[in-house]
Amino acid sequence: MTAATIDIDIETTGRPNPVDTVRQTLSMAWRQMVRIKHNPFELVDLSLSPIMFLLLFVYVFGGQMAGSTSDYLQYVLGGLIAQNAIFLTMYTGTGINADLRKGVYDRFRSLPIARSAPLAGKIFADMFKQVWSIVIMLGLGLLMGFELRSVAGAVLAAVVLVFFALAISWVSVLMGVVADSEEKVQIYAFVIIMPLTFTSSAFVDINTMPGFMQAWAKVNPVTHLADVMRGLLSNGPIASPLMWTAVWAAAILVVTAPVAMAAYKRKMV
Amino acid sequence: MSQDNAIETEGLTKRFGDLVAVDNVDLTARTGSVLGVLGPNGAGKTTIVRMLATLSQPTAGTASVGGHDIVHDAARVRSLIGLTGQFAGVDELLTGEENLLFIGRLLGVPRRAARERARELLAQFDLSDAGDKAAKAYSGGMRRRLDLAASLVGRPKILFLDEPTTGLDPRARGELWDLVRTLVADGTTVLLTTQYLEEADQLADDIVVIDRGKVIATGTPNQLKSKIGGQTLRIQPEDPAQLETVSGLVAARFPELDPLVEAGAITIGVNDDGVMPSLAADLRERGITLTDFHLGLSSLDEVFLTLTGHRAETDDETDPTETEPEVSQ
Ligand SMILES: Nc1ncnc2c1ncn2[C@@H]1O[C@H](COP(=O)(O)OP(=O)(O)OP(=O)(O)O)[C@@H](O)[C@H]1O
Ligand SMILES: [Mg+2]
Repeated sequence: MTAATIDIDIETTGRPNPVDTVRQTLSMAWRQMVRIKHNPFELVDLSLSPIMFLLLFVYVFGGQMAGSTSDYLQYVLGGLIAQNAIFLTMYTGTGINADLRKGVYDRFRSLPIARSAPLAGKIFADMFKQVWSIVIMLGLGLLMGFELRSVAGAVLAAVVLVFFALAISWVSVLMGVVADSEEKVQIYAFVIIMPLTFTSSAFVDINTMPGFMQAWAKVNPVTHLADVMRGLLSNGPIASPLMWTAVWAAAILVVTAPVAMAAYKRKMV
Repeated sequence: MSQDNAIETEGLTKRFGDLVAVDNVDLTARTGSVLGVLGPNGAGKTTIVRMLATLSQPTAGTASVGGHDIVHDAARVRSLIGLTGQFAGVDELLTGEENLLFIGRLLGVPRRAARERARELLAQFDLSDAGDKAAKAYSGGMRRRLDLAASLVGRPKILFLDEPTTGLDPRARGELWDLVRTLVADGTTVLLTTQYLEEADQLADDIVVIDRGKVIATGTPNQLKSKIGGQTLRIQPEDPAQLETVSGLVAARFPELDPLVEAGAITIGVNDDGVMPSLAADLRERGITLTDFHLGLSSLDEVFLTLTGHRAETDDETDPTETEPEVSQ
């Protein structure tokens, strides 16, 4: 084969347009999917902690929390799905951090592609992991006797979850960009996510909390997300928590995405 | 801006806090030539490459690549260049072919053409058999070749190679040199950084020697060598038993010099090539048959020593802030 057989001309490409940016983001996401294909154990790894949490919460706390494990399962599954989704976004930051410290991002930045594509592609691909986890948790929940409101509700729950995760992933990206090691990203994430998810309605009725905690739990985005999940999967109000979830997602996105992008560009000194 | 120069910098400077990593560097690479940027650890080579490849911005000075300003026209510069950085830029989990396919797709090459291009590069880089193996299973030399191939997917006109052979064994190094020569023969301009003086000598048309961020010498390899005035005469008798006779003759001709007898040959530094005929006559008179009798330029090692006052590769302790040169993993 001679060198001239495949004609590739990228020279005239100036600044990438939005269509190119989307295409490049999809290529970046493709890379992440191929990584999972070569390392399927990652999915097993991802499934372990939600499975453990679900079993422990329901069969250890269930009786005391709600009088019966089946009632508590009906309450807590939505909350656990919300909590797990938030924890999952941490891996976006650790992955970006690892890539940044190798030469991979240097190559990306020397190519005529949109600067946001590597980050956006990673966030986008990680949504596959979100969907994977919700399927695992819902599947296990059904085996344990969870009564699903409707299939449409489950699909809608997954959609809401993905949108919320897309937005808050930028917090994780920001940590991934500024932290100097993956471990630090994990520590930051843990210190933020653990208290955030526990001071919400994810696992308990917030009316049982003392006043100051209740005041916070009522505005906590995790409360709203957990409530939407519960509403869509089991029973409870949907409209109001859905609206607050959307407001929170938009607010977090608007604040952190530009900061993360700026930090990423500053990283290129 | 001259069309003849693929790369031009003027007063290029990069500061990190108080440290001036690149200090007022002027360099040019003629289109289609190889420019070797030669310097020890921490000299500023990677910093120069990163600025030229638009990964970082200069603190002061200007530079153009392919006629485009690296700051104001960075997007255009990126469409012309390929970069093989000092640290591996391939995805370890992906196979060789997937790595190349991925870059092709990223550049907007249609799937089929991207796959063909990937296979073509694998063949060219002698990686066809390993194309479906994960890059983490590659040897150091294979990984370097894959990395180089990945920077060539978009057929860049200007290629930056940051220490492409550091950590490779001599055979893998030789193979990489041949690949670079092929690219240059096809018209690619190459800027190559190296700590190996021999590498610059082998590949570069022009050399810029930098030390502690500053250019300390420029020229062709031969110009640099002649700068220290040294030429080396090597004499090897066919019969090793005659070495002593030969060294006696050499000592008689050059009483002020100190001939080095090593590996069956005698090497002496000379400044005047007029000595060769008279020495040749002496040797013929004694009936000594020679297998080697030639005058060559001194190695760049000596040039470097002369220019900087210190050896290139034993410089480590002089720069506590240096970055590690090892290839990652
Ligand atoms: N991002 C950075 N922040 C601070 N200092 C830096 C940074 N990058 C490089 N330096 C410093 O700048 C100087 C030049 O570094 P550079 O990596 O360009 O050298 P080099 O010639 O490539 O060395 P080597 O042969 O070890 O790769 C070094 O002293 C290094 O510590
Ligand atoms: Mg370097």
